[in-house]
Amino acid sequence: MAQYKMHLLVCGGTGCRASQSELIVENLKSEIKNLGLENDAQVVTTGCFGFCEKGPIVKIIPDNTFYTQVKPEDCAEIVTEHVLKGRKVNRLLYEDPETLKHIEDSKHMGFYQKQLRIALRNCGFIDPENIDEYIARDGYAAIGKIITEMTPADAIDIMKKSGLRGRGGGGFPTGLKWEIAAKNKADQKYVVCNADEGDPGAFMDRSILEGDPHSVIEAMAICGYCIGATKGIVYIRAEYPLAIKRLKVAARQARAYGLLGEKILGTDFDFDIELRYGAGAFVCGEETALIHSMEGHRGEPTVKPPFPAEKGYLGKPTNVNNVETFANVPAIFLKGAEWFASIGTEKSKGTKVFALAGKINNVGLIEVPMGITLREVIFEIGGGIKDGKKFKAVQTGGPSGGCLTEKHLDTPIDFDNLVAAGSMMGSGGMIVMDEDDCMVSVAKFYLEFTVEESCGKCAPCRIGNKRLHEILEKICGGKGVEEDIEYLKNLSRVIKDTSLCGLGQTSPNPVLSTIEHFHDEYLAHVKERICPAGSCKALKLYTIITDKCTGCTACVRACPVDAITGEKRQPHVIDADKCIRCGACYDKCKFTAIHVQ
Amino acid sequence: MNKIKSLEDLRKMKQSLEHGMNIREKSNEPESLVQIRVAMATCGIASGARTVMNTLVEKIEQEKIPAVVTQGGCMGYCYAEPTIEVKVPGKDPVVFGNVDSARAVEIVEKYIVNGELLDGIIPTNYQSINEKQ
Repeated sequence: MAQYKMHLLVCGGTGCRASQSELIVENLKSEIKNLGLENDAQVVTTGCFGFCEKGPIVKIIPDNTFYTQVKPEDCAEIVTEHVLKGRKVNRLLYEDPETLKHIEDSKHMGFYQKQLRIALRNCGFIDPENIDEYIARDGYAAIGKIITEMTPADAIDIMKKSGLRGRGGGGFPTGLKWEIAAKNKADQKYVVCNADEGDPGAFMDRSILEGDPHSVIEAMAICGYCIGATKGIVYIRAEYPLAIKRLKVAARQARAYGLLGEKILGTDFDFDIELRYGAGAFVCGEETALIHSMEGHRGEPTVKPPFPAEKGYLGKPTNVNNVETFANVPAIFLKGAEWFASIGTEKSKGTKVFALAGKINNVGLIEVPMGITLREVIFEIGGGIKDGKKFKAVQTGGPSGGCLTEKHLDTPIDFDNLVAAGSMMGSGGMIVMDEDDCMVSVAKFYLEFTVEESCGKCAPCRIGNKRLHEILEKICGGKGVEEDIEYLKNLSRVIKDTSLCGLGQTSPNPVLSTIEHFHDEYLAHVKERICPAGSCKALKLYTIITDKCTGCTACVRACPVDAITGEKRQPHVIDADKCIRCGACYDKCKFTAIHVQ
Repeated sequence: MNKIKSLEDLRKMKQSLEHGMNIREKSNEPESLVQIRVAMATCGIASGARTVMNTLVEKIEQEKIPAVVTQGGCMGYCYAEPTIEVKVPGKDPVVFGNVDSARAVEIVEKYIVNGELLDGIIPTNYQSINEKQ
């Protein structure tokens, strides 16, 4: 292999590809060829760097120069200046939002300094479509070591000692799950990878599959050896075409090397994977619904027990783990359970990947050790709130989670602390909200999602969530009464207690947590008919500023419900009870005398 | 593609492949490595900086020296090109002038590996990036 002196890593994730990163790769290659530098510099398409806010990203190795928002026409400058002459292209460097200084390399960017990458260790580092680069980073060494030197029981023991818990939302100990599946005897067992990522705003599983598909394949094989399965199935949503393509390429390469198939590495262990496509139903992320969907039935959950570990796919013992959970597995076997268990908090070990979204400066994908505080994530890694606004709340755990407020900012993030604070880890979506966001509307937004995604099998979820949504609409529409808040709480508890699966059991969380933390905001909606954030249109309060009003009567003529009264050339008044908040007076007034709250 | 038949084969394959990835692994932790920066402005290139850089890369790769070679812009010592800056962890950076391939090898063997000082060090009159931050 040629010894390149410089590697140009270009993000080939879905986000950066949408901004022409493929063309950037081509342009860089042709510029390098034009200058005769093809033996000095190599262009590599990698997975996601996580800094999606400023994509497309081009990172130059070995000096870690981090170019952001690169356009195809910038490539000539990058190559002639940086690759040929060693001068960094300053205008493309990341600019620190506070100091406004260009940061020379990624090691000094606040976004990366607090991160610890285990599941994302190869994302943005290797070419996901080249198995050799994965092998060069100890890829398939873990499965090799396990099948030649360990018994399944030994390997499961390591998993248990590592303390890894399911990253898809529930947080069930992975080693224990494997042990249960291993104990159940059957002629065939299955390993299933749950890649049906459905939380709004979460995209960690997609990024892992796009950036490091081999780590998931390797982990599935490890799981297969541990529980005694020879077949693996990846259930992936059809909306992830790039992840599907990379996964297929990876499986083909692994098969060609004999790392999937029969008699892997000369042992008696056989394992292979296949792909199943989901149609994008949120409920199919629930493991029983997922299995039914794979079997060709409707994607509806069933009561557990029997757990899939007992009777899963085609009635056989099945172990279902999420993509991020699997991505951690090879690293645990290479570096040891003790190493993994030394990271994180007492009951939540290792790291967690979060997708930062909403009103935050650095939208993107991050991986941090468990136990980090929300403040560090939002203000140090995330770079704070957009446009200098005030932080109001952060929604974690997607539609199943809740809102956390300022008082939770210093709580260490782990599975149990988030639950205690009325939210949950979920798959790791983090949506940040500022002072302009109305919390009742936020709850309504999530309920809209659950109503849409409820499979309809059980009544509490199907009917209850619909009712919750109706009441929230009523409140946002300015027609709520104080009793509605109590009614929301009662109904929420009933839905949580009586729903069949995780979807219904958690769907009222956004309602309950916003009522708990923002009770005053609900009260303002129903009692004073005011939306403090000024976001609910129906609750806008129109008043006339007496000093500015000239009494021209233009607004009186514009008002369709005769809510404005007053003598000519005297200040007018709006009757709030009659006002329908149409805004006609606001548009008509030439003296900006109409005030909207 | 040939099948990998045993764990031993996989390990051998890894060893032959990691060579190409070394530069990326090293860039992950630049502070713990010897950083060699070759001035690669037009004047540097004209007086042979690219050859020097190639020699350095080959030398540290052969001897498995924990060092990373980067290229920088003009350092301002036009009278002494090609120039290289060597930063050994825990020590102040040192700039060498008039470096050709033979001298590059000497710098690696004597200064980097054995810690001996050599003639031809240019007194620095600027701040390096490491100090600035």
